[in-house]
Amino acid sequence: MSEPVSALGGVTWADGIAQIAEIGPQGMITLRGDFDDPEFRVAVKNAVGLDMPGQRAVQMSGENTLCWMSPDELLVLCPYGDVAAMLAALTSALAGHHALAVNVSDARAVFRVTGPYAREIMAKLTPADLAPDAFKTGMFRRTRMAQVPAAFFLRETDSFEIVCFRSVAQYMFDLLKTAAQPGSEVGYF
Amino acid sequence: MSTRLAKGGRFLDKGKPVTFTFNGKRLKGYEGDTLASALLANGQVMVGRSFKYHRPRGIVASGAEEPNALMNHGAGGTFEPNQRATTTELYDGLQAGSQNHWPNLEFDVGAINAGFSRFLTAGFYYKMFIHPRPLWKHVYEPFIRQSAGLGKAPKEQDADTYEHFNVNVDVLVIGGGIAGLQAALAAGKSGAKVLVIEQTAHWGGRAMVDEPLAEGRIGGAPVDKFVEETRAALEKMPNVSMRLRLMGAGVYDHGYVLGYERLTDHAPTAAGPRHRLWRIRAKRIVTATGAIERPLSFAGNDVPGVMLASAVRDYVVNFGVSVGDRVVVVTNNDSAYLTAIAMKKAGLEVPCILDARPEGGGALMQAAQDLGIPVETGKAIAKVKGTRRVTGVAICVQAGEGAVLKEIACDAVAMSGGWSPVVHLWSHCGGKLTWDTGHAHFRPDVDNPPRDDAGEAFVIPVGTANGAMHIALALEDAEMSGRAAAKAAGHKPKPVATPDVTSPQEAAMEPVWLMPQGAPYELRMKAWLDFQNDVKVSDVQLAAQEGFESVEHAKRYTTLGMATDQGKLSNINGLAILSDALGQPIPQTGTTTFRPPYTPISMGAIAGEARGAVFQPIRRTPMQAWHDAHGADWEPVGHWRRPYAYPRSSESVHDAVMREVKNTRQALGLLDASTLGKIIVKGPDAGRFLDMMYTNMMSTLKVGKCRYGLMCSENGFLTDDGVVARIDEDTWLCHTTSGGADSVHGHMEEWLQTEWWDWKVYTANVTEQYAQIAVVGPNARKVLEKLGGMDVSKEALGFMEWKEGEIAGIPARAFRISFSGELSYEIAVPASQGLAFWEALMEAGAEFGAMPYGTEALHIMRAEKGFIMIGDETDGTVIPQDLGLHWALSKKKDDYLGKRAQERSHMADPTRWKLVGLETVDGAVLPDGAYAVAEGTNANGQRNVQGRVTSTYHSPTLDRGIAMGLVLHGPDRMGEVIEFPGVDGKTYKAKIVDPVFYDKDGEKQNV
Repeated sequence: MSEPVSALGGVTWADGIAQIAEIGPQGMITLRGDFDDPEFRVAVKNAVGLDMPGQRAVQMSGENTLCWMSPDELLVLCPYGDVAAMLAALTSALAGHHALAVNVSDARAVFRVTGPYAREIMAKLTPADLAPDAFKTGMFRRTRMAQVPAAFFLRETDSFEIVCFRSVAQYMFDLLKTAAQPGSEVGYF
Repeated sequence: MSTRLAKGGRFLDKGKPVTFTFNGKRLKGYEGDTLASALLANGQVMVGRSFKYHRPRGIVASGAEEPNALMNHGAGGTFEPNQRATTTELYDGLQAGSQNHWPNLEFDVGAINAGFSRFLTAGFYYKMFIHPRPLWKHVYEPFIRQSAGLGKAPKEQDADTYEHFNVNVDVLVIGGGIAGLQAALAAGKSGAKVLVIEQTAHWGGRAMVDEPLAEGRIGGAPVDKFVEETRAALEKMPNVSMRLRLMGAGVYDHGYVLGYERLTDHAPTAAGPRHRLWRIRAKRIVTATGAIERPLSFAGNDVPGVMLASAVRDYVVNFGVSVGDRVVVVTNNDSAYLTAIAMKKAGLEVPCILDARPEGGGALMQAAQDLGIPVETGKAIAKVKGTRRVTGVAICVQAGEGAVLKEIACDAVAMSGGWSPVVHLWSHCGGKLTWDTGHAHFRPDVDNPPRDDAGEAFVIPVGTANGAMHIALALEDAEMSGRAAAKAAGHKPKPVATPDVTSPQEAAMEPVWLMPQGAPYELRMKAWLDFQNDVKVSDVQLAAQEGFESVEHAKRYTTLGMATDQGKLSNINGLAILSDALGQPIPQTGTTTFRPPYTPISMGAIAGEARGAVFQPIRRTPMQAWHDAHGADWEPVGHWRRPYAYPRSSESVHDAVMREVKNTRQALGLLDASTLGKIIVKGPDAGRFLDMMYTNMMSTLKVGKCRYGLMCSENGFLTDDGVVARIDEDTWLCHTTSGGADSVHGHMEEWLQTEWWDWKVYTANVTEQYAQIAVVGPNARKVLEKLGGMDVSKEALGFMEWKEGEIAGIPARAFRISFSGELSYEIAVPASQGLAFWEALMEAGAEFGAMPYGTEALHIMRAEKGFIMIGDETDGTVIPQDLGLHWALSKKKDDYLGKRAQERSHMADPTRWKLVGLETVDGAVLPDGAYAVAEGTNANGQRNVQGRVTSTYHSPTLDRGIAMGLVLHGPDRMGEVIEFPGVDGKTYKAKIVDPVFYDKDGEKQNV
């Protein structure tokens, strides 16, 4: 058995106006179901240990994060090694319900952008409103970054976590480096 | 001569001299200069040659409206043409050069055109060069290209970087003059999130020059104090942001605005991007864009030294530069008197102010006269003396036909034909204009604004941009509109005290469109409207005479306003002349369309970060680096790059492909198939759903089995294909083509969300979760058995079955499917272990002759087996029946997407071309896309056709050319030879055969 390898092997870069790191491998589960069904909510709570997030928001606790993806889709972030157990728990709790839980840990890449200019770097690449009063810790967006789809949230002040498809991990890394080039502070936020 | 004055120049830092070059000549300026002010300070008034007649041209303006002073900047990777000297901030080491002359600015061969100007009138090119046709391409066009044109295109890659920046605000204020600042203050104090942007490097705008000269005061103090206090107040507000050197370039629907920020143009050695394109989403946009002064149309108004009156005083006040020692002022309004006052106060001579109005002006005229400046009312310029520089003016009465009363020696002329509000941004998104008779200008028609989704105005013009031409009116207007903008953005408006304003009232202006009003042809053909594109009063009149009544047509016929300045100076004057020629009022003629950007913005800013490595996303599989290290020759497939083949050191790509096919058929080939789409479809209604999506029956597929399926659009055309595997009772896994994963997923979701929203089906695109490797060839089973962990024997894993388990210690799903006709497994493993698995296969497979193969070998092997390829055999017009795929069209189902469409008469037409194999008579390879000809010709005199090639290869297995094609009645014509003329002049003969060339009974894959 070989060790799982993230798309860019955990590469980091700090030669610009923020720190950029590929993190992972990160456990990820796509979960689709009826949010209005109390049993679905209980099953999620029991398996992930988190309440349902509100629209365009995440719930965070310990090593698990629950992200709102759409009115019938969640993304669970958990330790890579926990995926199988969590999938099994979800599948058994949701037996008899119309729901879908599938491992997508390897389908994605995850990046972290950290520093006082993280917001500005993100705002160079996405049309989402990232003003401090509009995008706060715990909020979540599915949008685009330059030419690829991406989702992100603020794990804590000045620290964004970005999820994109694995195949464009190199593009995302190059993109973030470009947007963080030295001397490119906007000084707006 | 223009020169630097001993005193003055509020923008200059005289402690910081800088050196720059113009046409290779070293010149000196100061920090704070623009290139234009520095050139004038060095006595350089003439800065270029005109577009068509190559007439000498000088600096006319002091801002964004400048038509003449276009420069080449920089060299090599930073070379850029057509840069306006008036908006270029000077820096040490700036290299500038003038344009459109040969061999040099002072002596220009092209100026001979001016001698022919009588013949080079409007529409000359259209009339002259239409016949004979071939001469255009070979004689006229090359000549005109050499003679016309401004800057040269850069030859090297741009050395600078650029970026975008997205912001959302309540109120965007465009323009940092007093009206913009006041509007921002009102909006900001009301609690709105405000962004104020100013295109220059300074706050305060025109009022900073004009009001001190007019002795105007705000709140009892000079204007600069008001500007500084307002700026400081705004700076302190956390909800207000302020940016200099950021121009409002374009206004679009829904309050979307493009802003163009010039970060390092004035400091090219600074780190960071050169330009930043701001993508601003604003609830309300306040345009405080000011007004632009209009030239007057008199003979010789393009001679270097004739300038806008406002520019002349800008150079004195802002840069301490005089444009001449003796400046004649000519005007139809009061504002130009400020120029006379400025010159006089700077110790220069103003021999005369020519005021075209019989009654002259108001308080400012008095002030000028008090300074001892002679004023001649009702007078005009008959013509300007001088060619490369003004030497004097001949004076006449405005009401007459140009009889010269006297001549006055002078070295510059300051002209003012009135002011036009900058309505561009207001107009970009549909704001209408109204004609203001009092000021003879178009201003925003506030009853017909650009409207948002609620039908409300989302652009609010203020100050002079709104036609409020007095500072008191402008401030009042700005305060009110700033508040209104904040209110519209959802805030509670709070009034801001409007300070007391004292500033002289101006006497009424009087429109003057031609000077003198009865100027004969000789004068009119020297009276320029559009300096950059060389359009004169006589050209517009000729256009009207020739029937060009629409302003849009006249514009294109004469090229008026079509230059890089987009007619900022010329448009109103031009359409006034057109209206006069057509005998109709100006509002009836209307304006041409204002389009973004307000002034040209760099291509780099538009591209932003998208260049070099991030020009476009390239999708990579987990094994990409391995392929690269092993010499892959890449092929783009969607955004993926897939190995086309793996040529070895001395091997050609073709030879590599041949080797890969042979090796796969004879030993063991490995293909990175990770790019294949993989979509999970789950739910109680999943089977029913897939029966609709695919032409085949998928609901009856047994768990553990695979089935090849076809997907059609609702119009019946074949759009995608792939193998579907049933994972469990409720779950299917659909494979799609590499390019089709996202669109097929979107197609499924669209039907689920719009039509079958009550069906219990969930989908998930898991394409990238897996690395998928095709293990193909007679030794395929051996290598998997060697790696161990899963029983892959014929009995345990039959053809078209799948199985889950572990291979080489890696979790794997093995699909026993074949796209090559060989014994073949496609193994899906987690992407994070894809490379490890690939390397394990290569290592274990070495003894079995394992080699990687690319997409071309894949294509050849599928063609040898007669398997279709989406995109080759299909092109969006082909239905499964055309390809002989009737077996995949379920007869048991009531419906599937495309079924009814395929029953339409044209779809069921027996003359639709059908798929066949094609075998060249001599073994050659048919040209790709070649057409088979039939007897006779069509209505266009072209040969009739009866078929075309869809795929064609050299088959190393059969050592001959093989092809597939669509042929009229093809399947009924087996053995017939048809002809394909190639573009190489040869005619290829091919026999119609069965499309399956190799192993017709499928014995090789079924072992």
